[in-house]
Amino acid sequence: MSTPSVTTPSRWRALTHHHLFWPVAVLVALLLVNVPFTPDFFSIKMTDGHLYGSLVSIVLFGSPLILVAVGMTLVIATGGIDLSVGAVVAITGALTCSYISDQADQNALSGVFLAMGIGLVAAVVCGLWNGFLVARMGIQPIIATLIIMVAGRGVAQLITDGQIITINSEPYKLIGGGYWLTLPFSIFVVAAVVAVTVALTRRTALGLLVESVGGNAEASRLVGIRSMRIKIMVYMFCALCAGIAGLMISSNTSAADGNNAGLWIELDAILAVVIGGTSLLGGRFSIGGTVIGALVIQTLTTTIYTIGVPTQTNLVFKAVVVIVVCLLQSPKFRAKVFGAKGRGKTAAPAAPATPADAAPKMEVSR
Amino acid sequence: MAEPQPVLEMTGIVKEFPGVRALSGVDFRLFPGEIHALMGENGAGKSTLIKVLTGVYSLDGGTVTVDGKSVLFASPLQAQQAGISTVYQEVNLCPNLSVAENIFIGREPTRAGRIQWKRMRKEAAELVDRLGLDIDVSAPLSSYPLAVQQLVAIVRSVGTGDSDGEGSGTKVLVLDEPTSSLDRDEVLELFRLMRQLRDEGVAILFVSHFLDQIYEICDRMTVLRNGTLVGEHMVRDLDQVGLIELMIGKALDQLEELHEHQLRSDVGETLVQAEGLGRTGGIAPFDLEIKKGEVIGLAGLLGSGRTELARLLFGADQPDSGKVTIGGKQVSMSAPNDAIGAGVAFCSENRKAEGLVPDLTVRENIILALQASRGWIRPIPVAQRDELVAKYIKALDIRPANPEARVGQLSGGNQQKVLLARWLITQPQLLILDEPTRGIDIGAKAEIQKLVVSLSEDGMAVLYIAAELEEVLRLSHTIGVLRDRKLVARLTNGPEITTSRILETIASGEHQ
Repeated sequence: MSTPSVTTPSRWRALTHHHLFWPVAVLVALLLVNVPFTPDFFSIKMTDGHLYGSLVSIVLFGSPLILVAVGMTLVIATGGIDLSVGAVVAITGALTCSYISDQADQNALSGVFLAMGIGLVAAVVCGLWNGFLVARMGIQPIIATLIIMVAGRGVAQLITDGQIITINSEPYKLIGGGYWLTLPFSIFVVAAVVAVTVALTRRTALGLLVESVGGNAEASRLVGIRSMRIKIMVYMFCALCAGIAGLMISSNTSAADGNNAGLWIELDAILAVVIGGTSLLGGRFSIGGTVIGALVIQTLTTTIYTIGVPTQTNLVFKAVVVIVVCLLQSPKFRAKVFGAKGRGKTAAPAAPATPADAAPKMEVSR
Repeated sequence: MAEPQPVLEMTGIVKEFPGVRALSGVDFRLFPGEIHALMGENGAGKSTLIKVLTGVYSLDGGTVTVDGKSVLFASPLQAQQAGISTVYQEVNLCPNLSVAENIFIGREPTRAGRIQWKRMRKEAAELVDRLGLDIDVSAPLSSYPLAVQQLVAIVRSVGTGDSDGEGSGTKVLVLDEPTSSLDRDEVLELFRLMRQLRDEGVAILFVSHFLDQIYEICDRMTVLRNGTLVGEHMVRDLDQVGLIELMIGKALDQLEELHEHQLRSDVGETLVQAEGLGRTGGIAPFDLEIKKGEVIGLAGLLGSGRTELARLLFGADQPDSGKVTIGGKQVSMSAPNDAIGAGVAFCSENRKAEGLVPDLTVRENIILALQASRGWIRPIPVAQRDELVAKYIKALDIRPANPEARVGQLSGGNQQKVLLARWLITQPQLLILDEPTRGIDIGAKAEIQKLVVSLSEDGMAVLYIAAELEEVLRLSHTIGVLRDRKLVARLTNGPEITTSRILETIASGEHQ
C-alpha cells in the first residue's frame, strides 16, 4: 500500500478514493450545468443588507431537507429507517402554529418559545414511539415508522381542524424566513444542528456504538453494547431534527398545512443519505456526506427550474440524475466502466478484495 | 447371497474450489433398503459430497450412476426427478402454509390450471397415514413443533414423484443432520419413520454428529477425512473408538507418544461456580468450577455442546436452569452485559458473524468492548485510547500494525488477535476462547497458545475450546469432556491423561 513518492496520479487516487469525492463531484457538476442557462449563477449580491444569489437560495431552500437527512443518517447507520419524518414535520408545524395563533399577542417571545417547545416535545415523543417499536418490540423499522407516517398526517389535521392555520408572528418568522448577519437565519440553524450532531457522534462514543450496532448487531450484543438504548436515542434524535425542520417550514410560510408540510421529505432525506455515502445496510455513516447529498438534491430541484425542464417531466429528469449518481457511487459500476484504464496502475484495490472473495467459497467447501 | 446392485454409485468424485480440493477421488455407494452414515470431521467433505450428489454443485471429476445408469445432475431439481431427495438441517418449508400445501408445493395436483385442493388434502392425508404419522394435513405447518416439521419435510421428499406418475418415487433419501435440534422422543419418532422407509426399500444417507444415533440406526458407514475416502464399514464391525480414530486419522497409541508437557499446579481460589446450568436443546444441566489462573479445556466432537456451554457462561444464550456465581456473587446471566460486568469475556468461534464489525477499523474494533462498558457518554480519552491500542497491537503483533486499517481486510489470524485484544483491554477475570485457533496459520496459532499460558500465569482463568485435542491437552489444567450435549467427565490433567484417554471418554461417554 505504500507509495514511495507522492506523485500526481497517487494524489489524484487519494482524492478520488475519498468517500466524499463522488458526492462533491456530482454537486459541482450540477452547479456548473446552470451556468450556460443563468450566467450570473455564482454571483452573490447584497441588497438591503441581505445576501442574495442562487447559491444562498439553494442552501436556504435545502435547509429543512438537510436537517431531516442528518437525523435520518444516524437511524440508517443503525440499520434502520424512519419513514415518519414527513409526518413529524407536519405535526410539529401544526402544534406550534396552532398554539401561536391562540395567543393574544403573537409577537410575544415567551409565547413563541413555549409554542416551539411544545412542537419539539411532540416530535421527540414521536421518535420515542418509533424507537420503542423498533428496539423494544422488535418491529421492522420500515413498518414501525410507517405507522406515524400515515397516522401522523391525520394527527396534524386533527390539530389544525383540517384547516391551514396562518399566523402573523415576527419572532417566529425569523427561523425560516428571517435574516441575521446578512444571511438567512435558517443557515445558522442548520449549521448549529450539524455541528451539534457531529460533536454528539464524534466527540462522544455514540458514533462508534451506532456504527457497531449497524455494522454487526450480534457482535455488538456480545460485546455488551446496549443497542436498545442506542436505537431509541437515535430515533428520538431523528424526530427532533424533523421537528426543527417542521418549525422552519411552517415559519417560512407562516402557516401550518397538515396535508402538505414536509410531504415526501422522508424519501428525499433517504436519498440524500445514500448519495452521501451511508449504506442502507447500516454501519459507517458520514454526516458531511449527507449534507452534500441534501445539497445535491436541492441543486437538482433548482436546476430543473433554471434550465426549463417542463414541470410535467421534472420527476423523470430527477430520477435520471439520481440513477446516474447512484451508479457513479457503485464500485462495481465504476470498475466496469472506468476499470480498463485504472487496472494497470492500481493493482492495490484488487489485492485486498481477493481474500474476502475467496473466504466465503472456502466455507462452502466445508 | 449375491451382492445386491447398489442404487447409487459414485466413483472417483473430485470437487475443487479456488485453492481447495474439497473432494479428491471419493468413492461412495448406497444400497436399497439400508441406512448409511456419512462420517467425518468438520471440513472432511461430507457436505460437499452431498451437494455433489444432490446437484447443488457440479462435478470436477468422477461419475455418478443411479440404478446402473450414468447420470449428471445440473440442478437439485434434476436430482429430485431421478429419485434423490434431500432434507437439510434447517427445514426448508413454508411455515405459513398448511401441511398438505407444503407436501405438494411445486407439484400440486391440477385440473385445467386450477389446484384440486380436495384431492391434494386427501392424498397428503393418505401419505401421512401410510407413514404412520398423526398429523392434521390442513393445519398450518407452524402449528407443529420443529420435529414434526422435520418429519413433514421427509414426507414431502418421499412423496416426490408419486403424484405425477413418472418416477418410481424416492429411491435415495439424504438426511443432513436432521436430529441436531430434536429431543430424545422426537429422535425416536424420526428413527421409526426412517426404519419404515428403509423397509420399503429406500436407501437413506444419514449425517449426524451424534455417534450414539449412528450406532443405533445405521447399517453401514463411509468415513471421509480431508476430502478423501478413509473406508467403508459395516457399523457392527467398527466400534466407536475405531471410528473416531478413522475420523481424526491417528491411532490412539500414536497420539499418546506426542503428548508431553509440564503442568502448573498452583491454581488459585474458586472464581466461577456454575450449578445445574443448562438450556433445553443446547446443553444438559452441568456443574462447573473454574479457579483463578486455571485453564479449563473443553473436549468433544463438533456439536457435542462445547460452544453451547461457553455461551451459557457468558449469557449469550439464556440458561433455563441453574445458577452461576462469579467471585462469590450470583450473576443473573440474562444478557452478555451481566457476564461482562462480572469480568467474563467471550471470543466466539464465529469471528465474522459474532465478533468483528468488518467496516470498522482495527482501533475501533479493539476498543469496542471497553467503550461499551463505559457507555456512549464517556468516550475513552484519545491519548489513552491510542496508547492502549498501540500497546496491544504491539503485544499481540497484529499486522498490519495500522490502527486505521479496516479489520475486514486483515487475515484470519490477525482478526483473531484483534478480538483477543478487544477483550484483554477490559482485563477480564475469565476469558472464554471458542476455537481461537481455527482457520488461522500455524505461527499465529502458536502465539495465541503462548498467550493463553502467560495469561493464566498472571491469574486469569481461561475456558479453552478447540477441536484439536493436543491443543486442549497442552494448555489445560482441567479438561471437561462433552458428548451428546452433556458434560460427561472432568479430568484433571496429568501424566496419565492422554489424547487417547480423552478419546475413550468421548467414545464411551463415561468417566473411567
